[in-house]
Amino acid sequence: MISTWTPTGADGAGREELLVAFDQRRQRRVLVCPAWFDEANKLRRFTVEVMRRLDRAGIDSFLPDLPGCNDSLAPLAVQTLAGWQAGMATAAQQFAATHVLAIRAGALVTPDHLPGWHYAPQSGPKLLRGMIRARTIAAREAGREERAEALLALGRTEGLTLGGWSLGAGLIQGLADAEPRLSDGQTEIAQSAIGGPGLWLRAEPDDDSAQADRLAALIADSIAGSAG
Amino acid sequence: MPGEAAEAALDQELKGLIADVLGLDPAQAAAFGPESGLFGHLPELDSMAVAGLLTEMEDRLGIVIEDDDVDGEMLETYGGLLAFARAKLADS
Repeated sequence: MISTWTPTGADGAGREELLVAFDQRRQRRVLVCPAWFDEANKLRRFTVEVMRRLDRAGIDSFLPDLPGCNDSLAPLAVQTLAGWQAGMATAAQQFAATHVLAIRAGALVTPDHLPGWHYAPQSGPKLLRGMIRARTIAAREAGREERAEALLALGRTEGLTLGGWSLGAGLIQGLADAEPRLSDGQTEIAQSAIGGPGLWLRAEPDDDSAQADRLAALIADSIAGSAG
Repeated sequence: MPGEAAEAALDQELKGLIADVLGLDPAQAAAFGPESGLFGHLPELDSMAVAGLLTEMEDRLGIVIEDDDVDGEMLETYGGLLAFARAKLADS
């Protein structure tokens, strides 16, 4: 279940990265583009729980680390949106993925050519807005005044540390106008279809087996339906 | 002047949103009154949670919250936050 893969298209390419995979060489193979940063931690267990359920439903799935994310040794500050998109495209090819499941901001790096699902997709501007807001509020509590517009402008030229994550100028520039795009065969799954509040809202990483059941069932049903 | 039904709907929406963001028991949020303390009173509401709360309010209520809007008063009590949301909705 735990193995590695080697991105060839992304920044920091050629380094080994972690891969969590349920691979029994089955016909349906889902590439998972996980949530990012703080949300990645909060949704990690949920993401793997969905994969376990897909496995039981006879569907392979693959959760690769992108360079700079999760257990990666590559520095986050040099990563770019285009690099991550290239990384996920490489991953799709290496794993012979037939479908893609994007979670939250993972929808920004979803390979276009695969059918699949965007679960509660998050846009780049909203992601940045939330992270910058957390920083300005924390600064205010510490008795410092920071302005969101000034921080964003600084981030675009020099990069910015938000919530402990060192985001490079290239990544911030890319995120500033990045919107998730559903290509042919891709559909959005809103949180309201899963039931209950999204786990990325929790202050601490949490688990919800009913939500994992529901998301996995929607995916398995969708695959069964399209297979006719 | 918004009708009573709209006011009750906003109250319910805001309480549901706070419960979702902070992971509170919905009954605890439903019992909030105007003087119920939020920031500085609820241990769940730290600066990251405040950011999450404001972002969810923007998404679910369709409002935009600026840096300058965020002050101690709007976050101190439930009544303050509700009044803020009401005023933002009236402006939009």
